[in-house]
Amino acid sequence: MLCDVCKHNQATVFLTQIVDGKMQKANLCESCSKEKGVTDPTGFALADLLKNMGGAEQIEFATPVEQRCPTCGFTQADFKKTGRLGCSDCYATFHDGLDPLLKTMHKGTRHVGKVPARQYRELELSSRLKDLRDGLQRSVAEEDYELAAKLRDEIRTLETQVSAST
Amino acid sequence: MKLTNITSSTSEWTAGDGPLQSIVITSRVRFARNLARQPFPGWAKKAERTDILNQIQPAVVALPEMTDSTSLQLQDLTALEKQVLVERHLISREHAAKGVGSAVIMNPKQTLSIMINEEDHLRMQAIRPGLQLKNVFKMIDKVDSALEAILDFAYSREIGYLTACPTNVGTGMRASSMLHLPGLVLSEQINKVIQAVNKIGLAVRGLYGEGTEAMGNLFQISNQTTLGEKEDEIIGRLTRVIETIVQHEENARAVLVEKKASTLLDQVGRSYGILTFAHSMSSKEALNLLSIMRLGIDLGFFDQTCRVSVDELFMETQPAHLQKGSQKKLATDERDILRAEIIRAKLKAFPKPDISKMEAGPTTSTEPKNDE
Repeated sequence: MLCDVCKHNQATVFLTQIVDGKMQKANLCESCSKEKGVTDPTGFALADLLKNMGGAEQIEFATPVEQRCPTCGFTQADFKKTGRLGCSDCYATFHDGLDPLLKTMHKGTRHVGKVPARQYRELELSSRLKDLRDGLQRSVAEEDYELAAKLRDEIRTLETQVSAST
Repeated sequence: MKLTNITSSTSEWTAGDGPLQSIVITSRVRFARNLARQPFPGWAKKAERTDILNQIQPAVVALPEMTDSTSLQLQDLTALEKQVLVERHLISREHAAKGVGSAVIMNPKQTLSIMINEEDHLRMQAIRPGLQLKNVFKMIDKVDSALEAILDFAYSREIGYLTACPTNVGTGMRASSMLHLPGLVLSEQINKVIQAVNKIGLAVRGLYGEGTEAMGNLFQISNQTTLGEKEDEIIGRLTRVIETIVQHEENARAVLVEKKASTLLDQVGRSYGILTFAHSMSSKEALNLLSIMRLGIDLGFFDQTCRVSVDELFMETQPAHLQKGSQKKLATDERDILRAEIIRAKLKAFPKPDISKMEAGPTTSTEPKNDE
């Protein structure tokens, strides 16, 4: 059997990985397996390898290619290896995996402590905006157009403040 | 080297006075903070780490709290110098392993120390003697608020401050106190206490934090979780638990005085004897014996003025502090000889333990302790 990657050498490394209940297989020669990091099980993702090979249509991709943080390039495999994340945006990138983890680690799942002053101002502005918009809808429904016009102007001023502060 | 300033001056928290200081040695609060959208130190490349350091360091040095501060780049320090800072709790063991792109900045009193590019971009801590977690929290909170006006900290409305390790996410705060609990150890109640403390979500660790052995009957108690609870709630809960442990320690000591007076006298007498006459001593043995001496002072076997000398020895006999005076690195056996020498010299002035109070009866001997 020839190696799936170089299609030249005899395959000596036979890999099977089960991802979400779907079995994926790859046959590799020794040099290709080393190159792809197969010897390091945590750093190796079969799905990634198969995706790059092309011509492997016989294998169905049940899961998307491993997620990579768009900001810093960190992957879930890196997290498994180190137990640390790559950057603050990783929390959004790996949200689905981290959420249950945080649940087991901590007392709660929502931050209730200190809010940085900058975020606090934004929070206040956005809640005031919401109040004004609600008021505007109400005044339109009640056909109080004078009040509606006043509220609309206030909303505009606030909106410019919000966009200026972000 | 600026480091000599650090080691030649005694830090406020080892020499100062604080509430309940006979049992609670120090209170410490640290915040973990990161710059938004920049790789955490463990994932950043060398150039990125240096860039992050150059963003943070000027902001820290400019703080009014940091007037006349000392800034040290980790790559400029020898292994011995790093170890001295670890022994003084000014940097973590993890930070000591860092090099290019990492730094520490501390105020002259050594009560504030700010690590840059440890596990997080910023690890800032305040430390004071005795049980005063609330005050210590206020100190570091002020520094944090001043820095957040200049630096863009990574923060999410849902899960708070974002940290390299998910165990610190939320408040990013770890509050801890170092307790001296010889009474609970001698009366074999310490494991029960540790289990109870663990059960309510607090962690008990040894002298140098995570994964270290409890030597010299010293224990660190800290909050385990950082998400879902307010900072002042965490501090309040921790303070109440520590106050309870202090009470248990005081009770254990009273019971020892009353029921095991001879064991106690034997322990104190042996510690005094070995410390005064030994010619070679490991740091672990020194810590354990000094701990019993400290207990002896608390119970009135030695004059209260002896406490400062014993507390100084706790620090000076640590491996790196011991060697800072010598030109070359010392081997273990050379260190042990030097350590015994330093201790003998300092204890020369100590009178023998005064056991008259003990012989007069247990009630009088417990009295001075209850006044604390």
